[in-house]
Amino acid sequence: MERSKEEEIKKDYLKMAEKVGPSSSFLKNCAAAFIVGGLICDVGQLVMNYFLSLGIPKDEVNSYVAAVMIFLGAFLTGIGVYDNIGKHAGAGSIVPITGFANSVVSPAMEFKREGYVFGVGAKMFVIAGPVLVYGISASIIVGLIYYFIR
Amino acid sequence: MDYIRAFLVGGTICLIGQILMEKTKLTSARILVIFVTAGVILGAVGVYKPIAEFGRAGASIPLTGFGYSLARGAIEEVQKNGIIGAFTGGIKAASAGMAAAVFFGYIMALIFKPRTKN
Repeated sequence: MERSKEEEIKKDYLKMAEKVGPSSSFLKNCAAAFIVGGLICDVGQLVMNYFLSLGIPKDEVNSYVAAVMIFLGAFLTGIGVYDNIGKHAGAGSIVPITGFANSVVSPAMEFKREGYVFGVGAKMFVIAGPVLVYGISASIIVGLIYYFIR
Repeated sequence: MDYIRAFLVGGTICLIGQILMEKTKLTSARILVIFVTAGVILGAVGVYKPIAEFGRAGASIPLTGFGYSLARGAIEEVQKNGIIGAFTGGIKAASAGMAAAVFFGYIMALIFKPRTKN
């Protein structure tokens, strides 16, 4: 009795494993990215509503939210939680600004043994550096174009 | 209602990132660069503004929102101060995020030890 039940469970498991195989992993990953990304943004919305309720003006509140979310992303990376989320969420944890914080802290921790200048100080920007280079440069080009065509 | 909108908009932006990663094998660093630049361009041509007004945190938390605030800052500062605004505006608008990333990133890297990856 016991054994046949066990075999049944094994069979069911194999069926399930087949279903979740590579063919459907694309949809699964997309769903995970959508849900986790959406939830992180909801945390951001919670923080935003909190600061708005304190009377922070609307055009300044984004700075508060960005700073808090980056703190959270950096802290969760430090205690090792963020990378566990990232294993399942893919872009859902990379694209939010918490993922930007993660991209700063991860290499900085990893290369601490190379010292505090060329280890932590330099490796912090392995990913954040390019983001800033392209983001800032693009915004300057936009500003210049706007100046000449307005 | 806020939360549903933020969830849908933020989730969709992340979904686009996931599809890009799955279909093109782009690394996460390239995704981040593409998204911040896309945010700047979409912000400059006026596409991102309605998304930001609808999605609120759902549009400002993804890295495209960081790009959007860079572009908006540059344009607004040019309106106020002329051509130098192109150089000061973007960074000014995104300064809290950048400073937080440098400061908190550094502090956390000092305090915590890396986990061994398995």
